[in-house]
Amino acid sequence: MKIIVCIKQVPDTTDIKWTENNTIQREGVESIINPYDVYAIEEALKLKKTVENVEITVLTMGPLQAVEMLKKAIAVGCDNAVLITDKKFAGADTYATGKTIATTIKNKLPDYDLILCGQFAVDGDTAQTGPSIANQLEIPQVTYAKELKKCDGTCIYAVREIEEGSETVKVEFPALICVLKGFEEPTRPKINGIIKAQNTEITTYTMEDIGLTPEETGLKGSPTYVSRAFRPEHNRGKCEICTDCNILAEKIKEFGGISNE
Amino acid sequence: MSNIMLYAEVTKENYLHTVVFELAYKAQELAKKLDNASVSALLICKTGLAENFKEAFINSGFDFVYIAESNRLTHYSTELYSKIAVDIIREVKPDIILVGATTQGRDLAPRISSSLHTGLTADCIGLDINEKGQLAATRPTFGGKLMATILCKTLPQMATVRPKVFKPAPENIVKDTKFIYIKPEIDNIQKKVEFIEFVKGLNTAINELDSAEIIVAGGKGMKNEAGFELLKNFAQCIGGCVAASRGAVDMGLAPSDIQIGQTGKTVTPKLYIACGISGAIQHIVGMQDSDKIIAINNDEKAPIFDVSDCGFVGDVFEVIPELIRIIKNSNGDAASDINIS
Repeated sequence: MKIIVCIKQVPDTTDIKWTENNTIQREGVESIINPYDVYAIEEALKLKKTVENVEITVLTMGPLQAVEMLKKAIAVGCDNAVLITDKKFAGADTYATGKTIATTIKNKLPDYDLILCGQFAVDGDTAQTGPSIANQLEIPQVTYAKELKKCDGTCIYAVREIEEGSETVKVEFPALICVLKGFEEPTRPKINGIIKAQNTEITTYTMEDIGLTPEETGLKGSPTYVSRAFRPEHNRGKCEICTDCNILAEKIKEFGGISNE
Repeated sequence: MSNIMLYAEVTKENYLHTVVFELAYKAQELAKKLDNASVSALLICKTGLAENFKEAFINSGFDFVYIAESNRLTHYSTELYSKIAVDIIREVKPDIILVGATTQGRDLAPRISSSLHTGLTADCIGLDINEKGQLAATRPTFGGKLMATILCKTLPQMATVRPKVFKPAPENIVKDTKFIYIKPEIDNIQKKVEFIEFVKGLNTAINELDSAEIIVAGGKGMKNEAGFELLKNFAQCIGGCVAASRGAVDMGLAPSDIQIGQTGKTVTPKLYIACGISGAIQHIVGMQDSDKIIAINNDEKAPIFDVSDCGFVGDVFEVIPELIRIIKNSNGDAASDINIS
């Protein structure tokens, strides 16, 4: 069974600072594997333990530096890594990104059973790229999956966490599943994994390699574009800072708290 | 004349989702700016269900409702629903499509936009029409630290909006709504995703937070499980419900169903007390419409203070037990029975 895990390199958003000109300071911000994608890798590794002959290919679209992130995925147990990288991809929205990844899979990795993605990326938070890839590959999708089970190599059961409760569905391969974050500690790389990562060659494809044109990728291939970016403003009055807990307790009372007298 | 279409989501329990009415009121506002564009709804459901909703549609300002009913549509299915939606949209050709950013909406909308080769802006918190008559969709981005207004070069222009971001109409907007039944062409589709079972959530936190008048929310500053125990005591003491920021949920301190913010819930209680929450816009968009906001944080520069009515700079592990003591005393209770460890 062949699994492709789509991952994204994201800035560590807990670490973002503003410059004096109200722009985001990008220098020195560390990059991490999107935390939801870490669990997509985890699900793939779990399947490798329970299903025979599982081969995991980890795939990303991003700058050359993303090689480091792909090596980390190899170190924890993924088998192959593919990087799609090209300056022409800059400014891609979820449609163009979905198209670029789907085209790569169609043309370079057509022999797959299951594609796993994280439900969200913490930088964009759109949750759209996974379904967009599935649609362009014309395969079924399952989103908001919190648990995968009973995989026999031709189908899998997924438990979806939705507003009203949990829904179990069975999906036939080939399929794409977007997973939520689990609570278990992610797999840590072992020494032989790190050695393997150092010796694994990362396959790299450019826009031409996958057979797309500049009109179909990046900002040009994106239906949406940012017309204005700005720092959020709030119109609440000035915050009254108090230094005495008694006064704070009075405020809580005044604002409608402490109703159980 | 341009027109605006809303996806009329049906919940698991066969109601129209409240977000439909919130989007309907917003659509009225947008329609006025588009030289009185028409507003339509797209309803996909099991046979006979649409009848139940007709009065609600008539009272919510819809000009048209496109209805696709079939007994194969009892449970939401990405494959069937997206096929039907795309067929109807190709026929009706709306300029703008709005979808609730629920799990169903976020599953369906990208499938539709991808099929129509158009753009989709997720989780908008503001929708407007610009001087060129385009949909200007504003959303937080970059981990919520930045707001972006996004335009779309292609039609239809699509956007998803979380529940409770917009308000429903304060009173009925009665229209002479036309109901148009369309036969769904799904007989040839062999579903690859099969519904097995649905288990209604036992956790009632979701509903509790929706109607809570007082919410005590904890962030990463609550540090550990004991921190959340302390919050529970505090919430109990003032008659509130506990919620969490994404930071706290990511640390495993609280379940994701009580998460407030862009990827969690939007709440509007009378009083929101943010404890150990720094206040990334990601969180703020989920609570900024609370009547009153109090923040307790040890970093005086934390952005949460910018959106608060009242703040206290200090260690939550000192301030909260002290507040509990003061409040219990003023209520005439013995302080000794509180676990403030």
